[in-house]
Amino acid sequence: MVYSYFPGCTLKNKAKDLDVWGRKSAEALGFTLEEIPEWQCCGGVYPMNKDEIAVRLSSVRALAYARDHEQELVTMCSACHNVIKQVNNDMATDEYISSHANNYLKQDGVEYHGETKVVHYLEVLRDEVGYDKVKEAVTNPLKGKKIGAYYGCLLLRPSNVMAMDNSENPTIIEDLIRAMGADPIVYAQRNECCGGYLTLEDKAIPEQRVKKILANAADQGAEMVITACPLCYYNLKKHSEGTGVEVKYFTEVLAEALGVKEEA
Amino acid sequence: MASNYTITPDEIKEISGVNPLRCMRCGRCSATCPSYDNMEYHPHQFVAMVENGEIDKLMKSESIYKCMSCMACIERCPRQVEPARLIEAIRLAVVRQQGASHLMPDDVPALLDPDLPQQALVSAYRKFTK
Amino acid sequence: MQRIGVFVCHCGTNIAATVDVKAVAEAARKVPGVVFSTDYQYMCSEAGQDLIKESVKKYNLTNVVICSCSPRMHEKTFRGAVETVDMNPYLLEVANIREQCSWVHKDKAVGTQKAIMLMKAAVAKATLDTPLTPGMLPVTKRALVIGGGIAGMQAALDIAEAGYEVDIVEQKPTIGGKMAQLDKTFPTLDCSSCIVTPKMVDVGQNEKIHIYSYSEIEEVKGYIGNFDVKIRRKARYVDEDKCTGCGLCTEKCPMKNVPNEWNLNLDKRSCVYIPFAQAVPKVATIDPRYCLMLNKGKCGICSKVCGVGAINYKDTDKIVEEKYGAIVAATGFEISDISKYDEYAYAQSPDVVTSLEYERLMSAAGPYGGHLKRPSDGKDPKTIVFVQCVGSREKDSCKGGKEYCSKVCCMYTAKHAILTKDHYPDTDIYVFYIDVRTPGKLFDEFYRRAVEQYGVHYIKGAVGKVTPNKATGKLEVQASDLLLNEQLHIEADMVVLAAAIEPSHTARKLATMLTTPMDTNDFFTEAHAKLRPVESATAGILLAGMCQGPKDIPETVSQASAAAAKAIGILSKDQLVGNPCIAHPDEMMCNGCSQCAGVCPYGAITYVEKEFRMPDRTTKVRRVAQVNEAVCQGCGACTVTCPSGAMDLRGFSNQQIMAEVDALCQ
Repeated sequence: MVYSYFPGCTLKNKAKDLDVWGRKSAEALGFTLEEIPEWQCCGGVYPMNKDEIAVRLSSVRALAYARDHEQELVTMCSACHNVIKQVNNDMATDEYISSHANNYLKQDGVEYHGETKVVHYLEVLRDEVGYDKVKEAVTNPLKGKKIGAYYGCLLLRPSNVMAMDNSENPTIIEDLIRAMGADPIVYAQRNECCGGYLTLEDKAIPEQRVKKILANAADQGAEMVITACPLCYYNLKKHSEGTGVEVKYFTEVLAEALGVKEEA
Repeated sequence: MASNYTITPDEIKEISGVNPLRCMRCGRCSATCPSYDNMEYHPHQFVAMVENGEIDKLMKSESIYKCMSCMACIERCPRQVEPARLIEAIRLAVVRQQGASHLMPDDVPALLDPDLPQQALVSAYRKFTK
Repeated sequence: MQRIGVFVCHCGTNIAATVDVKAVAEAARKVPGVVFSTDYQYMCSEAGQDLIKESVKKYNLTNVVICSCSPRMHEKTFRGAVETVDMNPYLLEVANIREQCSWVHKDKAVGTQKAIMLMKAAVAKATLDTPLTPGMLPVTKRALVIGGGIAGMQAALDIAEAGYEVDIVEQKPTIGGKMAQLDKTFPTLDCSSCIVTPKMVDVGQNEKIHIYSYSEIEEVKGYIGNFDVKIRRKARYVDEDKCTGCGLCTEKCPMKNVPNEWNLNLDKRSCVYIPFAQAVPKVATIDPRYCLMLNKGKCGICSKVCGVGAINYKDTDKIVEEKYGAIVAATGFEISDISKYDEYAYAQSPDVVTSLEYERLMSAAGPYGGHLKRPSDGKDPKTIVFVQCVGSREKDSCKGGKEYCSKVCCMYTAKHAILTKDHYPDTDIYVFYIDVRTPGKLFDEFYRRAVEQYGVHYIKGAVGKVTPNKATGKLEVQASDLLLNEQLHIEADMVVLAAAIEPSHTARKLATMLTTPMDTNDFFTEAHAKLRPVESATAGILLAGMCQGPKDIPETVSQASAAAAKAIGILSKDQLVGNPCIAHPDEMMCNGCSQCAGVCPYGAITYVEKEFRMPDRTTKVRRVAQVNEAVCQGCGACTVTCPSGAMDLRGFSNQQIMAEVDALCQ
């Protein structure tokens, strides 16, 4: 299977680990990520308003590209996934946003109404590859490792649009952890916010959030948490000291399990 | 921030797509909000105050910069009121004014550290600046 | 030539405020065939009816048109009135100028114009009315009650009391329903078992009542007075007639690890089981999902220990066919699925329970023998948080909860709080509410007692997140207090969720079989929200209990008795008056294509080979449709399906409908 891949700005820079190991793992698992040429930054956060059109256009262009190439659009970054999937929903269901966005697209001879299916890398693993196949492909099972999933907010909310999993008791990452041979640790704070972009102005708020999240993960027995979001990764890692919990991207751990991660 | 600017509750409702009258005062938004303690006005108050037309107070409050856009209140609101959208609309009403951006480019270098992901910067810009 | 009288009702201001009723009466006078018209304040009142009757006599009217409310409301009233002055009731038409006109218009000119059009259409139809005589139907003097909870038991007992045979079909191995699982009842705090188990015994011992337990409705055919029902008696692998309920098999059964649904899976039971000590019938049932003998052909212990030879591993489902005159639907409710609300950590901690589970935890017959304990470690809970409206009162939310209020949660939560405090006075109890709804006799007093006498903390606000903490064994509850404008953090031992109530999952399938309407929530719809609250729109199908909407025990019992009275009303008649507005084929036009039979929801249409004299004096045998007049409900599906226009509906003939349309389009 070949997918249109939207890496996003951070995966080209500070979150190279999320991107690189995801691509390597995809190769190992037999699916191809074709990077969308000239993709533009998604904006990082979904515009929660009805009247801003221009900020949605980068997502729409990527979506239209995937549609024109008859491919599903894959992201690895939670934030890109959230923005693109919500914008896709706007294009399909919000008449005002859709018609105004299409007015811009007209100049390029493009018209788009939400036809593309947006899937997260995790959904490709679960629904296309299948966790049974992932399990078979694991050469370096993470036996006995106690790993908690950290979903954050962006993968799951709002659940009526994201529709990836049960937003309050998700299992998509836990099942992957199991497939990789490790023990998934379920903890309640795994879908509570890390503090997000507030970290730029005020480190105290994310710190307080992360302490609560990682304390909960540690309490339930996690030695490591894995995430799909560069911002979560940053906040978690920054304030993980003293919690005894390691923080990693899920793709890096996957690459390890699949034996495609050369020790640098 | 330009001081004489006013925006009507109807404009806020239009920008946000939120109808505050749908609120049944259950308080689930403020129960779930992870930024509650950082806020002067809490999510449920945004709803009541927009309904009451008290937009000015909200526009002047630091609370609008304390929302993490985590969508917990959206996810858990039983009546599709979704206060985060109101908070966003009010913040937009402020930062759309000339010279009223909450985050100035000159301030940014001091805020950076080597590990800070681009995503943080882009998101904060989207939220705090026009 | 017809002599039609038109009577325009004001309905107080309901119609007169938006429709110029005098102008409608005036306009009627100009319609051909109308010889008299008038208006009156309340046409349905005795004086109004007298006005109609006197006018029929005085002006020698052949037809009457009433311009008033919906025919669903008062057509029967007016038809009864004209019948007393020897007019065939089917020569009366009602023009609905209230629900379809005055209530939906604001502009009086527009409303008046529309009312005049509706009046003209009704007159056009009346012109073509023919006298109709309903047929008489026999009545089977036996009732069926579907569901053996408190609603079904009460209905069955009342019908039996009147001297009629009743069958109860209950899908579980015992009757008793949800009420038998409750600990105490509000607001009196009397023990639920103590009042419901004697009722179960009464039902079990009543000679007029037959219980089909562990059974389901397979098929329903027929109509009021004459329902043909197939009942599936599921294989229970125990002969009900032989089993004495001694319980030896359940003791000796080696498969003891089966989730016990009676205690909401809070403990385990054996594979061959009697749900609880007071079960009726007190007969064992083998759970085929877990039985070693049935699945692996090994074991057979229950058969060996049974002193009366009641175990039968070769048992199969059996279909029983019965006839009934009336059916009471009493299928009850379920606790809705709360998996989307796991911010409350129900799936993550055994100490987070639903309210019904809390009933079992408190019950003397429950898994802890009446000593309330924290499920995780068996310790006494010191702090308990109750969360109201979990999945109720939602609209267009991400989680897609129910829009309605589940009605009983406020009261049972007050009860839980009081009972807990009674047992363990030093327990701290928090109840998070949106509104406290206590409209019932002694209900608010009860709730206030929880607050004032017992010191239960009622907090206007909600719980947002529950985080189980392994180290402390506590549940960290994050919540809002809207009155104090604070976010609270409570360390709780237990969290109790008032999960929304929803109709039994069997109800939708049953509604299809009964051809009775449901609302979007799968509650059965009553025939009239105010005036016929215990009947369904389908004649002979009556409603009792939660299957019609959330309600408490006294309301359920009242409705059950009312449904029983309606059933008795049907059964007490030797014959029922049928509906004459039924389909009939024009045999000369019918070509026997069978399309009408295909769409008939009642199976009322069959075909016969009939000999016809043809215009050329020959005879020819042709296949033509035949309508069973007793079965036809007059829905009209066949008349619109018939490609040759042979099928027609009496009282709503194709010609009449076209005349109405013509009148509207003039």
